[in-house]
Amino acid sequence: MRILALILCIIPLFASGEEIVLGMSQDEVAITATFDGSNILVFGAIKRESAIPEGELGVIVTIAGPSEPVAVHRKERRFGIWVNTDTVEVDAAPSFYAIATSAPMDRILKDTEDLRHQISIERAIRSVGAPMTITDAPAFTDAVIRIRKSQDLYKRTENSVLLDQETLFRTSVDMPANLTEGDYFTRIFLTRDGKVVSEFETTIDVKKVGLERFLYNLSHQQPLVYGLLSLAIAILAGWLASSFFRMIRGM
Amino acid sequence: MQIYLPIAEVSVNIFLLLGLGGIVGVLSGMFGVGGGFLMTPLLFFIGIPPAVAVATEANQIVASSFSGVLAHFRRKTVDFKMGTVLLIGGLTGAAVGVVIFNYLKAQGQVDLLVKLCYVVFLGVIGSLMFVESLNALRKSRKKATVTTTRRQRGWMQALPFKTRFRTSGLYISVLPPLVVGLFVGILSAIMGVGGGFIMVPAMIYLLGMPTKVVVGTSLFQIIFVTGFTTLLHATTNYTVDMALAVLLLVGGVIGAQIGTQIGTRLRAEQLRILLAMMVLAVCFKLALDLLIEPSELYSIGAAGGH
Repeated sequence: MRILALILCIIPLFASGEEIVLGMSQDEVAITATFDGSNILVFGAIKRESAIPEGELGVIVTIAGPSEPVAVHRKERRFGIWVNTDTVEVDAAPSFYAIATSAPMDRILKDTEDLRHQISIERAIRSVGAPMTITDAPAFTDAVIRIRKSQDLYKRTENSVLLDQETLFRTSVDMPANLTEGDYFTRIFLTRDGKVVSEFETTIDVKKVGLERFLYNLSHQQPLVYGLLSLAIAILAGWLASSFFRMIRGM
Repeated sequence: MQIYLPIAEVSVNIFLLLGLGGIVGVLSGMFGVGGGFLMTPLLFFIGIPPAVAVATEANQIVASSFSGVLAHFRRKTVDFKMGTVLLIGGLTGAAVGVVIFNYLKAQGQVDLLVKLCYVVFLGVIGSLMFVESLNALRKSRKKATVTTTRRQRGWMQALPFKTRFRTSGLYISVLPPLVVGLFVGILSAIMGVGGGFIMVPAMIYLLGMPTKVVVGTSLFQIIFVTGFTTLLHATTNYTVDMALAVLLLVGGVIGAQIGTQIGTRLRAEQLRILLAMMVLAVCFKLALDLLIEPSELYSIGAAGGH
């Protein structure tokens, strides 16, 4: 129902005659004990009532994990040792962000459109107030992107969306093993000559299941029971190992 | 084979965790140290969030210490009376340490202070122990019969509340062990470890306990201190990862048994010299981290002032 409502909202905004019809291999990622990353196939078609319009067609797919504020520390040498000196709080940085495009980003998306829709990684991170003492605040946002790119959490793969006859498109997005839980906001943009002509939004639900869910819930809802259970396991394991080794030596 | 950890929210290799647990367990059984000062940095290194690493490590130490202490208990090398006195001091110290820790946290820079604490204490204790045990080793080589010269601590003998610690063969006041326990408790709360690597040398050099008894007694009191810490972390920060703890402790308890066996076959001086070398190696690594320019100057932390 939510998706339907979104479509109904979007249609009047984009009266250009092109519209996205989407399919997805899954709208849920279940994190089990053996979770080792996932691969999501995003595919769809462009629906038109009239002939194919002029201009270069572009498709951009973004998947964003839950956003949360992070503190970014910078080290400097003081008295011969490296210590954290400056800290900037970035107001909202997605825990995961993947962009897949059908052509180089700067060719199919204008800067003004990027600014409006916040598509590129740089735009998806929001940082408003750095302390007055810090003059190079953008360096801290860049650091977040650099660190998370190296952890495979942020990625931009250009030319990875395959376009067929200006109508069908598909791409696959790799989700790494170190995912956090939450709603992963997925957007698909259709551009003509760098301008967004159609947009489609949906969410992928990433959540822990089974034992993972049980342990997580227990640790938050019954912390004392969870703590005592952890201790009991530790004591039991210690005792078992001790008696087991004694048995071996006894033989 | 990978496993996704429910609290840490990262995926790691099962055999890596079992191996790490095993190695640290061997050291724990050999020297009577919990191994937290080794394991916690190792967990950071494989990508476990620091808060989860510290809390879960405490839980794992409970398991390996318990496994180790049972072996010592059967050999009657645990001084329960001394352990209890140290523990009373230790828990009081831990409470004081938490207050100090929170104060430092409010001032910022707590990470740096913890690291400096590590470097200073590991460095001092490691060097002292290394030199002392090297001398002892030389002396025992020269003379076939080792004459144990018990140093007389004049002022310590004068203290009130004298008690007989039968297992340790000591007749001393309860005040020195209480103070040692308190001091170690404070440090272990600040540094987030069981404190075995400080406690063991303190028992040998300050209290004059025999090395064989020291290891079991140290393990005995570590169980309670780290058990307390585990509960504290589980109820306030929700950072104990049971899946991670189980994997680490399976390796850990087996390692602790093997370590205890190795420990009984080595001479006391050799045991001390090995522990000293290990402590110095960790100290050296931490000092390098502070002195050498890191390849990434920026780091991402949780928002909210720390």
